[in-house]
Amino acid sequence: MSERDVRVGDTASRLGSGAGADGAYLQVRDLTVRFETEDGVVKAVTDMSFEVDRGKTLGIVGESGSGKSVTSLAILGLHNPKRTHTSGEILVGGRNIVGMDDEEIRRLRGRDMAMIFQDPLSSLHPFFKVGKQISEAYLIHHKSASGREAAKHAVDMLGRVGIPQPARRAEQYPHEFSGGMRQRAMIAMALVNDPDLLIADEPTTALDVTVQAQILDLLEDLQREFNSAIILITHDLGVVSQVADDVLVMYAGRAVERGTVEQVMRHPQHPYTWGLLASVPSLHGDAEADLVPIKGNPPSLINLPAGCSFHPRCRYADRNGRLSFEVVPELREADEVGHSAACHLSQADRTRLYEEDIASAGVAL
Amino acid sequence: MLRYLVKRVLQSVVTLIVISIVTFLLFFVAPASPARIMCGKNCDANTIASVEHRLGIDQPITTQYVNYMKGIFVGRTYGEGDFARRCPAPCLGYSFRSDEPVTDTLKRTVPVTISIVAGAAVVWLLIGISLGMVSALRRGTLFDKVAMGSALTFASMQVYFLGLIFLLIFVYSTKIMNFPRWVPPTENPAAWFKSMILPWITLGLLNSAIYARLSRAQMLETLSEDYVRTARAKGLPKRRVYLKHALRAALTPMVTIAGLDIGAALGGTVITETVFNLQGLGRTAVDSAVIWNMPVVMATVLLAAFFIVVMNVLVDMLYAVIDPRVRLS
Repeated sequence: MSERDVRVGDTASRLGSGAGADGAYLQVRDLTVRFETEDGVVKAVTDMSFEVDRGKTLGIVGESGSGKSVTSLAILGLHNPKRTHTSGEILVGGRNIVGMDDEEIRRLRGRDMAMIFQDPLSSLHPFFKVGKQISEAYLIHHKSASGREAAKHAVDMLGRVGIPQPARRAEQYPHEFSGGMRQRAMIAMALVNDPDLLIADEPTTALDVTVQAQILDLLEDLQREFNSAIILITHDLGVVSQVADDVLVMYAGRAVERGTVEQVMRHPQHPYTWGLLASVPSLHGDAEADLVPIKGNPPSLINLPAGCSFHPRCRYADRNGRLSFEVVPELREADEVGHSAACHLSQADRTRLYEEDIASAGVAL
Repeated sequence: MLRYLVKRVLQSVVTLIVISIVTFLLFFVAPASPARIMCGKNCDANTIASVEHRLGIDQPITTQYVNYMKGIFVGRTYGEGDFARRCPAPCLGYSFRSDEPVTDTLKRTVPVTISIVAGAAVVWLLIGISLGMVSALRRGTLFDKVAMGSALTFASMQVYFLGLIFLLIFVYSTKIMNFPRWVPPTENPAAWFKSMILPWITLGLLNSAIYARLSRAQMLETLSEDYVRTARAKGLPKRRVYLKHALRAALTPMVTIAGLDIGAALGGTVITETVFNLQGLGRTAVDSAVIWNMPVVMATVLLAAFFIVVMNVLVDMLYAVIDPRVRLS
């Protein structure tokens, strides 16, 4: 499919205000990822569609095992093709990653799309100097550059992500860095080739709360500077509300709600999102009030419940007869344009239930 | 780094001293008097006493130990007058059986053992690690299964079995090779190489089996590390991810095992030496023990300990070179 074809007719599925006139930089359509295992087929991601444009941030939220990381690794083409079945489309700058030749994806990786991982200590190689690891990422995509240029570039990047004395730090090993500094180094490594798409997989989860804010600020600053599209994967709604433009809520491998941050945070449409919001501690609410966890556990991705995957944990599952137990709800436009949810409850019901059961109980944010 | 090194060397010197004391004590309390063995059946107490005096074993153990240690550094003379035997430094004792300083015996035998072990180590490291690595990268394929299956087969074999089979095939049946005969590499490198091939392959193949399995497991573990995923996310080609990022980390634990194995093997590859009729350190030690030639046994025990201690220090140093995290502690 050529780039032109891609642009035509995809305005309808566009997310919120994220898309520019040329079509979003990253477009994911009907992405389905399946793993073959001895226990059966893992339905890690099913029919995911979303877009992120340059300069915009999409937050993907969900519990562990909801398919967030699988989605991001699929975008980078990092799944083992032998054991993974991927279908749908992942268009990065108009090029479809799904089914693309390994070598071709490799050339995009690190240059057009880069990734920051959760634990910066285990994600940096313990035996190589930080500067070397960054310049290696630069050299691989700039064949004509000399080692010295790459090293200088690495030091520059370390300085830009706010590491003091970058020239000295580049000569050190990851274990000589603090957690926050390590994540800065990871970010420097991801951004060294000025990628158009940056995927940050729980970039602040392993860090102190104070450092978390610094790293998020840094990501925002760098986004302004580099104008990259960012996917921020997290289970922390606070992080999402702080930096994301759009939000996608995932449950059991499917998108259950998506919209702008305003829409999802202020008028959440899906009972699962309500649950997520209710389990966030509030600074303003009643200090004595207990957090409300979502009862039950995420389902096994090998044996998904029939119908709506969330129905075993949903308080309202029985309001539509057998519907929730038998039919998978589709992602449909909800209260506003650009805001959609995959729920069998009627719009009126959802608005009423949210007002009565959730908002009145004092949700954070 | 330097401080670490000095500390390690000092530690190993202390270890060696302790080992020398223990072995010395063991041989002192051994029920066999070298003098009695040497002078045969028809010996009276006077002759034994005079021989013991000549050997210096009538002195208190502490004096003997000090003399022994002194001999290592400055050499010493055994006996007096016509019977005087000069044992130049480093003197590890005097073998009255073969009427030569033990050092001379070792000078003949140690090169044999070092030749066997060095060549075999190259074989087992090359074959073992490359097989293990390729198996890890092709996990579950036919290659993996065949490689690991044969590794298990070889690992369960013995030198005296595999060695004899090789002799049968290559020497007696097809006559491709001659029976190994020791030629010092300084004399005729080509002949040395040819004569060592069979011992190398035999010992090497047997050990490589374990290394193949170990390096496969190590490699698989490393491949699932986050930093390998990072390397791929950077856009590095697969070969570079495997050979640079994964292999380096996977090899680190192999260094320890290889160092200890080589150190232990240098102490004597008795069976290999016997099967291929090579007079190495291990075989000499066994031969000497059988005839109560205590000075030689004592020296080989000390030397074997020395090899292991030295290899340990080498391993620690290599570790510090490979893994920067070690340098701090």
